[in-house]
Amino acid sequence: MNDLRHLINITDLSVDEIDHMISVADDIIDHRETYQDICAHKKLATLFFEPSTRTRLSFTAAMMELGGNVLGFDQASSSSTSKGESVSDTIIMASCYADIIAMRHPKEGAPFVAAGRAMVPVINAGDGGHFHPTQTLTDLMTIHRKKGRMNDLTIGLCGDLKFGRTVHSLIEAMMRYDNIRFIMISPEELDLPGYMKEKLDAAGVDWKETGSLEDAIPQLDVLYMTRVQRERFFNEEDYIRLKDSFILRRRMLDTAKDDMIVMHPLPRVNEISTDVDDDPRAAYFYQALMGKYIRMALILFLLGIK
Amino acid sequence: MNIDGVTTGLVLDHIQAGKGWEIYNLLGLEKLDCTVAIIQRASSTKYGKKDIIKIDGSVDIDLDVLGYFDTKITVNMIKDNKLEKKVKLKLPEKLTGVIECRNPRCITSVEQDIVHQFWLADRENKKYRCIYCDSVYKEKK
Repeated sequence: MNDLRHLINITDLSVDEIDHMISVADDIIDHRETYQDICAHKKLATLFFEPSTRTRLSFTAAMMELGGNVLGFDQASSSSTSKGESVSDTIIMASCYADIIAMRHPKEGAPFVAAGRAMVPVINAGDGGHFHPTQTLTDLMTIHRKKGRMNDLTIGLCGDLKFGRTVHSLIEAMMRYDNIRFIMISPEELDLPGYMKEKLDAAGVDWKETGSLEDAIPQLDVLYMTRVQRERFFNEEDYIRLKDSFILRRRMLDTAKDDMIVMHPLPRVNEISTDVDDDPRAAYFYQALMGKYIRMALILFLLGIK
Repeated sequence: MNIDGVTTGLVLDHIQAGKGWEIYNLLGLEKLDCTVAIIQRASSTKYGKKDIIKIDGSVDIDLDVLGYFDTKITVNMIKDNKLEKKVKLKLPEKLTGVIECRNPRCITSVEQDIVHQFWLADRENKKYRCIYCDSVYKEKK
């Protein structure tokens, strides 16, 4: 039981472990038939206490392509939580039925609590505005495949940097590689939380903030766009005021490097204009595909297979 | 005013004047079955005025709680009428079950029976972060 591994925050994984998973995902892409039955008779429980399409489908597809089975729920109202069951009890119950758990919960720290009670590996599939490590693995896999390197990169993070959990996890992961520079592009009300700035400063990472997407674009190797999420606001007025703060349009890419990539965790609302989709630098749908392969590698890693 | 000395027990010295009762309650000293004295607004060469708590009995108090409350407090451990050890307090690296997270998005806001835990993120500014949600603990004003 002591060697049970969970993934709550991306920093639970060493750089070597991430690099290993990326190489396994590369191998899965090249030799899919080798992996198609590798998780036969294994079960993944997807416990989604808040709605999700992409992440849940990605986990489901990943387990199915490994030959395993999937069970679970996709909203709190269809679980015992609606009857008042605690996260701890739900997790103990799920541990009895599944070999591995992927969990999304609106409250920050819920997967950390779950990991303390689970008898099988727990994967944090997003906890409120806090962490979303498998999105980060997806992002790292995309950067690896598209840029061919994980160092010497200037990364622009644009949109909701305050509640955007994907951004926080990506920063934590990328700041461990060499010569990474961040440009934070957001309205003042949605800028990076203090604790993330502290982490960047403590690690001696080069970063700056700007309110202009146009000014930042020419400097970037990676532009990471995010959505302003309605569900993170207590106040509808604030949401409406800030939701269209930064919109990427095709003409804005004229000043971008030819090999810059545009990423987005999806779903987008209108922060990337659809005319960007046909630009070869648009990498966000490719990113969704990479999410499946890296989650396959993660499941294998946490189950101790291969 | 005379207060008997402690034979075997503790003297909590240099408590900020007026905070003696808070410390008494914080440490749950009302549960003790020994003599406890709170001396309020005693003269102090260091701070002008101070409170002192004397506990005449073998007790095990949580120095982490005391350190979080005020690092200026000195803990004198007395045995057989002699000063055995003087402990200088410091901010604890971890705080368990002492303060509660106020972030409404934190799992601790809904899940019962979770022990609130914090880690010391910034010793200089006495900044503690919740181990579940990472938010900084803010004291009530």
